[in-house]
Amino acid sequence: MKRRDFLRSTVIAVAGTSLPLTSMTWIDPREAFAANPDLRWIFLVDTHKCVGCGFCVKACKYENDIPQETNATRTWVERYVITRDGEVHADSPRGAHEGFTQRAIDRGTVGPLEIADEDIVQAFFVPKLCNQCDHPSCVQVCPVGATYKAPDGVVLVDRSWCIGCGYCVMGCPYGVRFFHPVHHVAEKCNFCYHRIHKGESTACAVACPFGARKIGNMKDPDDPVTKTVMSQRVGVLKDGFGTDPQVYYIGLNMEVR
Amino acid sequence: MVVHGELWTAKELFVLPNEFIYWSIQIVMYPFMTGLVAGAFVLSSLYHVFGFKQLKDIARFSLVFSFALLPVAMLPLMLHLSQPLRGSHVMMTPHFTSAISAFGVVFLTYACIVGSELWFVYREHFVETATALKNKPVRSSGENLRMKLFSLLTLGAWDISPAALEKDHKAVTVLSAVGIPVACFLHGYAGFIFGSVKANALWMTPLMPVIFICSAVVSGIALCILCYIVTMEIRKFLAGRRNAKSADIPSIEQLKGAQAQEVRMSSRYLLIFMILAVTLELLDMIFRGYTAVKSWDILRSVIYDRDFMQIFVLQFGIGNFVPFVLLLLPGLTVRRAALACTLVLFGVFMMRWNVVIGGQAFSLTFAGFMHYHLPIIPDSWETFREGLAGALLVAVTPFVLFYFLNKIFPVFLEEETN
Ligand code: SF4
Ligand code: SF4
Repeated sequence: MKRRDFLRSTVIAVAGTSLPLTSMTWIDPREAFAANPDLRWIFLVDTHKCVGCGFCVKACKYENDIPQETNATRTWVERYVITRDGEVHADSPRGAHEGFTQRAIDRGTVGPLEIADEDIVQAFFVPKLCNQCDHPSCVQVCPVGATYKAPDGVVLVDRSWCIGCGYCVMGCPYGVRFFHPVHHVAEKCNFCYHRIHKGESTACAVACPFGARKIGNMKDPDDPVTKTVMSQRVGVLKDGFGTDPQVYYIGLNMEVR
Repeated sequence: MVVHGELWTAKELFVLPNEFIYWSIQIVMYPFMTGLVAGAFVLSSLYHVFGFKQLKDIARFSLVFSFALLPVAMLPLMLHLSQPLRGSHVMMTPHFTSAISAFGVVFLTYACIVGSELWFVYREHFVETATALKNKPVRSSGENLRMKLFSLLTLGAWDISPAALEKDHKAVTVLSAVGIPVACFLHGYAGFIFGSVKANALWMTPLMPVIFICSAVVSGIALCILCYIVTMEIRKFLAGRRNAKSADIPSIEQLKGAQAQEVRMSSRYLLIFMILAVTLELLDMIFRGYTAVKSWDILRSVIYDRDFMQIFVLQFGIGNFVPFVLLLLPGLTVRRAALACTLVLFGVFMMRWNVVIGGQAFSLTFAGFMHYHLPIIPDSWETFREGLAGALLVAVTPFVLFYFLNKIFPVFLEEETN
């Protein structure tokens, strides 16, 4: 081998081995986020404003590539009707994908229930979505860490790593998780992570014509959402599970389950 | 486009849109099969550790059976995963706050223990077989293969002097002593997987692991007795045909005597564990009714109303009470024991069913119900793996494995050489 050839191959070999080494530098997402420690995404739902039109549900499915006809959804709206005898009737036909087009309460295999106007004492709508809990039980139970909590508070699912055991689906006390019909991995709302990081609002909040949904940053005291959460009477769902949900509700009723 | 779970779930009243029966028949099979593994091992340890001499015969049998069941404990989980090819991720990224992940580690440990115990029990046999084949002047190609296999299985340990065998024996005792807590742990973890789901009102109890362990031992013993009886029947049949030709294999009478003796002894242990298991389950139910927290309303309607048949008639009645009486009545015959064991196995299966499916029978809203319709005809991959066909596949596999394992680890070794 000529000296020049030897040098050349040595250079190539060194370059060849050093390249993968540099490309393998570990990127810790926490470090990346440490650059922005003033972020904690929260969500505000105003039940007084929701009319149950279901635009948010449709918009969410478009935005996040969930087939529209799928009978599961990242976000949905529930209808509550309380009658004079104190009974609570609730439903959410197909997650209110088409809104509430029927007067009758949908009761699945039992058949619809008609309620006369004069029997109704109270009726309202409650939108639901993943609570991006501070102590998420879904993260706790995932055997492979495919479900994890980002430092800005949003709970994410790694689609390429989820084994599809469904433990997180069972572990979430809010029933927000399901299996993606195409990718066959755990699926749930992630506050439109791809949008909020570009400074945009979530698809559902944009689609809501009545301003019933808003996203905010808890670490920013001037954020209007944060101001509302701090200064008004807001509630969270199912506090008893110790998950510390971060979706706040205005006008939450104790009948809401 | 159907979403996972939609094919077999029917909803009634107010159920959330994403709620379906996600953990279906395979998740019933999963604790059932792991329970059999653990139970079979405990039965074999009764002899190896505590020296219950009467169980000698069935002990070796249950050890091999436990080994045959081992790979099958993971099979239902694999069939259930919607990404089965990624199953190994559990080992690559163990996430220890998850009970499933910890289960993987315990399972591997346990597999190593059973594997090495089996090796120590059968080392002498390996060496003898390999040596005998080696000394043969002419060997067929099949015998050559067998010789290679058995030489390999000795792992290079050819010493079968009494001193060496004594050491083997000690190792077996130690391994099975260590194995008992690990086996219990293994199944305790299966219970923990359910007990730790705080979102589920029926599963959420610290008793869950203990209940699972007790019923695991029950099912393991019952299965071993049953299989033992069946295998002995086959041997009796074979002995009847061969008796005329050779005198050195046990006669039908000898076999019958041994069989009745073993069955009677192990049935006694079965009874003890049955009492324990049933007491715990009833205690759990009574406690829930007594404390009657908010979820009791819906639990009561599931337990006493919707699932009454499954819980009180099939599980407690046919699966516990009837076999209990059958085993307790004096003059236990082999046939009666076989019937009782079959019923006990059915009862434990129903218990798993009632926990897993029953636990998903009500909605998180506490206002609606879900019904599970087991897919019978496998018209798609989904209905195959999570349907009757998949469950049968899981149920049959250990017997097929046992058949082949028996060629390497003959369970009825001793009497035949004696
Ligand atoms: S709402 Fe459920 S899925 Fe969302 S973070 Fe909380 S526990 Fe996890
Ligand atoms: S389904 Fe996926 S994300 Fe959920 S617990 Fe299992 S592996 Fe984790």
